[in-house]
Amino acid sequence: MLDRKVTLKNPFKELVLYQSRMAVAFVWVVAMMVLLASWVANLQVFQYDKYRTESDNNRIRVIPVAPTRGLIYDRNGILLAENRSVYSLELVPEQVRNVEQTVQELASLLELDEEDVERFWKDYNRTRERFKKIPLKTQLSEKQVARFAVDRHRFDGVSVEARLVRFYPYGEELVHALGYVGRINDRELQQIDVQNYKATRHIGKVGLEKYYESILHGTIGSQKVETDVQGRVLRVLSEQPPVEGQDLYLSIDLPLQMEAFKAMDGRRGAIVAIDPKSGGVLALVSTPGYDPNLFVTGISGKDYRSLLNDNRPLFNRALRGQYSPGSTIKPHLAWLGLESKTVSRNYAMEDTGIYYLPNNEQKRPFRDWQAWGHGKQIDYRRAIIQSCDTYFYDLAYKMGIDRIYETMTQFGFGEYTGIDMGEEVPGLMPNRAWKKGARGVHWFPGDTVNIGIGQGFWLATPLQIANSAAVLANDGLRYELRLVDEIGRNGERIAVEPAVAEQQINIGDGRNLKLVQQAMKEVNHNSVIGTAKKAFEGTPYLSAGKTGTVQLFGLDEDEEYDEEKTDERLRDNALYIGYAPFDEPTIAVAVVVENAGGGGSNAAPIARRVMDQFILNGSKLQANKQ
Amino acid sequence: MSTRSHTHKERQSWAWRLHLDLPLLGALLAVMAFGLVVLYSAGGESDSLMLRQITRLGFGCVVMLIMAQFPPRFYAKWTPAIYGVGILLLIAVLLFGDMGKGAQRWLQIGGFRFQPSEIMKLAVPMMVAWFFSERVLPAKKRELLIAFGIVMLPTLLILKQPDLGTSLLIAGSGIFAIYLSGVSWKLIFGFGIAGVLYAPLHWFFVMREYQRERVLVYLDPERDPLGSGYHIIQSKIAIGSGGVEGKGWLEGTQSQLEFLPERSTDFIFAVLGEEFGFIGVVTLLVLYLLVIMRGMYIGTQAQETFSRLLAGSIILTFFIYLFVNIGMVTGLLPVVGLPLPLISYGGTSMVTLLAGFGMLMSIYTHRKLVSH
Repeated sequence: MLDRKVTLKNPFKELVLYQSRMAVAFVWVVAMMVLLASWVANLQVFQYDKYRTESDNNRIRVIPVAPTRGLIYDRNGILLAENRSVYSLELVPEQVRNVEQTVQELASLLELDEEDVERFWKDYNRTRERFKKIPLKTQLSEKQVARFAVDRHRFDGVSVEARLVRFYPYGEELVHALGYVGRINDRELQQIDVQNYKATRHIGKVGLEKYYESILHGTIGSQKVETDVQGRVLRVLSEQPPVEGQDLYLSIDLPLQMEAFKAMDGRRGAIVAIDPKSGGVLALVSTPGYDPNLFVTGISGKDYRSLLNDNRPLFNRALRGQYSPGSTIKPHLAWLGLESKTVSRNYAMEDTGIYYLPNNEQKRPFRDWQAWGHGKQIDYRRAIIQSCDTYFYDLAYKMGIDRIYETMTQFGFGEYTGIDMGEEVPGLMPNRAWKKGARGVHWFPGDTVNIGIGQGFWLATPLQIANSAAVLANDGLRYELRLVDEIGRNGERIAVEPAVAEQQINIGDGRNLKLVQQAMKEVNHNSVIGTAKKAFEGTPYLSAGKTGTVQLFGLDEDEEYDEEKTDERLRDNALYIGYAPFDEPTIAVAVVVENAGGGGSNAAPIARRVMDQFILNGSKLQANKQ
Repeated sequence: MSTRSHTHKERQSWAWRLHLDLPLLGALLAVMAFGLVVLYSAGGESDSLMLRQITRLGFGCVVMLIMAQFPPRFYAKWTPAIYGVGILLLIAVLLFGDMGKGAQRWLQIGGFRFQPSEIMKLAVPMMVAWFFSERVLPAKKRELLIAFGIVMLPTLLILKQPDLGTSLLIAGSGIFAIYLSGVSWKLIFGFGIAGVLYAPLHWFFVMREYQRERVLVYLDPERDPLGSGYHIIQSKIAIGSGGVEGKGWLEGTQSQLEFLPERSTDFIFAVLGEEFGFIGVVTLLVLYLLVIMRGMYIGTQAQETFSRLLAGSIILTFFIYLFVNIGMVTGLLPVVGLPLPLISYGGTSMVTLLAGFGMLMSIYTHRKLVSH
C-alpha cells in the first residue's frame, strides 16, 4: 500500500458518509418491514374470511353415512330380504402411491377376477370426491381376508371394510316376487337424487326392491370430521345420523310360496295366489327362477350368459307372461250370459262336437275339444263343469264382442292389476277398435267365437287371470293387487289399505253369480263329470275352480292332437283357476304351466297343493303362532 | 454525529469483559425464545427435535461468544486467507461435492460434512471491507470494479451448485459493503437500470427451467396448485386464516394437520402467522427490528473502515435473510430456499449467523477509548 499515490484518508468525512448511508439503509429497512407487515395484514385482516374458509375446507370433510336398507318380511314375519355383513376390499386413491401397480398386485395376490378390476376402474374414473373408498372386491372370502391381512403392511390406503349387503335367503323361489338390488350404474346415477345416494352402493333394480326403492333406502346421514392432509379422520366434529329405510311386510306367505314353487317341479309357468278379500298377493311364482344374490355384488359374465337360455329364467311370467286364458274364463262368460239375459239358466243346447256360425256360407267349423261333443241338454252348468266349447262358441256369438269386451274389462282383463311392482303388462282384451287399429281389418263374427273359449286375440297375464278368479270368489268385488301389507320401522307399522279397482262388474241381485260359483264347485267336486275331479279328490274343504287347456297351434279339421308326437314347445298350455274354501274363500289361485298338456291333469293338481298348503298347513302355522 | 465513548461503569461490567453486547444479546435471545415456542408447535411437540434445536442454538451462541473475543484487527489480518480458502473450497464442491436434494452443496472432509458457502457468507463482506479498509473513500471506479469482482466470483460459484438463496445473500452482503463504502448514488441507480435491462437476458439464457418455473408459480401459484404452487397456497391459507389473534398455540389446523409443508424449516413463519395471528407477526418483526437497530448502531460506532463496513454488511444481510424468507412464505416474493433466521429448524446457517453476530460484538467491545 505504500507505493500507492498518497491521498490521505479523511476519517471524519468517511464516518459522515457511512452514517448517512446507514441512515438511508435504516429508513429502507423500516419501510420494508412496514411493507411486510401490511402485506401480512392484508392476508390476516382483510382477506381473513377467505383464508379461514379455505383452511376449513382443507381440514373439514363431510362424510356421507349410508342408511341401512329396510328389510322385507312375509306375512308371518319371516325375513325374506336381509342385510348381511360382508368384507369388502376398498382403496383410497389419494392414499395410494401408485394405484395401477397396487391394483395389479392385489389382483394377483387375492386372485381377483378381470371383472372386479374392470369395475374398479370404472368406479375410479367416475369418483369425483376426494378420499372416497372405492371397492375393489365387494365380497371377500375368508381366505382372501386372511391372505390380505398377512400382507396388509404393504398396502397403504387399502383396507378391508365390513359392509352391509343385501342377501336373499330364499333365492330362486322368491326372486320374481321380490326382485333384487345391484350396484348403481351410470344410467341410474342420472335419475336418482345423487345427494341422498352419496354413500349408497346398491339400488333396487327389479321388482319390489325397485318399486319401493324410496321407502327401503332411507335418508342419508353425515359426519362432519376433521382430517389431516392424508385424509385420515382425526375426530368427528358433528354428526347427523342417517334415517334407516322402512321395512316392508308382505302379504306373501313364504310356506305357500315355497310349496307353489316346489309344485311346479321345474316346469315353466307361473302361479299367482291372491287373498280375494283384499287383493293381497299370497304367492307369486314364476319358474324357472334364478339366484338374485348373484346380481347383488355384480354378476359374472359367465353366470349371466347361463341365464340367457331358452327357459328364460329372468322372465317374470306372472307379471309379463301373456297367455290365452282359455277355458278359465268360461265362468265369467257364463255369468255374463245369464246376467245379460242372453241365455236363461234353463237354456240348453246340443253339443255335436262342431259349431258353425249361423248364416255363414263358408261353413267354417269350430271344434269342441272333445271331438264327439258332450251330448244333448248342455246348459250353462254342464258347459262349465265339462268345459264344453260349443256352448261358449254359441254364447259368445250371441252376446257379441262389444258386451264381452265391456264386462271382461271390468273383470280386469286388458287392464293393469295395479300390483305394486311395476313391470306388469296389461295383456290384451281385444275389441273392434283394437283390431281395426292393430290389424287394419274389421272384427269378424268368427273372432267373437274364439273369444268364447278364451283364445283368439285374447291374452292375459297370470296375475290378471288370478285376479279374475278372485273377483268370482269375492262376489264380484275386484281389488287392485298388491304385495305390501304394511310399511314401518322399529315395530311401528302402517297398514296399506286395500284399494278397490276402478271398474267393477255389476252383479245385480247376485243370484247368477251364485249359480256360476256352484258350477265351479262341481268342476272340482262332481265325481262324474268335473274336469278337475281327480285333482281335488278327498279334500277336507270345498273349493271352486275351472280348468283350461290352450292350443298353441291350430289343428286341421280332421287332425287329432297327439301329445306324444307334438313338439314339446307346441304342446298345450295347462291352466287352472280356483278358490277355496268355497263358502268363505281365503285364497284364489291361477296356475299356468307352459306346454304341459291338459289343464285338469297338469295345472289343477298344482292348485290343489297350493290350496292344501294354505288352508290346511297355513291354519296350523297360524295356530302355532298363537 | 459522533461516536460515543464507553463509560467507566460499562467497561467494568462482566459482560464487557466477556466482550458481550447485552442489548444485542437480549434481542437475539428474545427472537430465539419466540422461535423455540413456535418450533415446538411446528415440530409436532417433539422433544427430541427441540433438544437438537436448543443444542444447535447453544453451540451457535458459544461460537458467537468465541468470535467476540477476537479483535477486528485479527479478522482483518486473516481475511484474504479465509476468502482464498473459501473460493478453493467452492471450486472443490463443484468438482467433488455431494449431491443433496438435487444440488451440489456439501463437502466431506474427514468425517466432517459442511457447506463452504457458509464460510463465504462472512468471508465476502470481510473481503470487501478489507479491500476498502486502507483506501480513500468513496472509492475510485477501478477499485469498485475489483470489489465487484470479489463479490461476483463466489456468487457465481454458488449459483452454479445451484443455490439461489445463498448466492443471493452473499451477493447482497458484498453489495451492502460496497454501498456503505459510499459509492455515488449515480452509480447505484446506473446499476439498477442495467439490472432491469439485463433481467430478460438472464431469464432466457441463464436461469434454469426450475428457477423459471418458480418465478412463474410465484406470479401465479394456482399454475401448479398441487406441485410447487402448493407450498405457497397452503402457506397463505395458514397465515390468512390466523387472523388478528391467531388460532392459538398448538391449535393451527394448517400446520398441525400437515397441510403446510416444510412447516418446521423454511415455512415456519406460516405456523407463527396461523397460531399467533397478526399480533404474533408484528411482535416478531419488532424483535427483528430491535436486533437490526442494535446492529446498525454498532456499525455507526465502529472506529475503522473494516469494522464499519463489516458490521453494516452483516446486519443488512441479516435483514435480507428474514425479508426474503417472510416475503416468500407470505407470497410477496418467489420461493427461494432460505430459512427464517434464528427460528427455522436446523441448518449450519444458524451457526454462521451467530458467528456474524459474534463479530458485531467484537467490533463493539474492542473499540479504543476516544477522548474528546
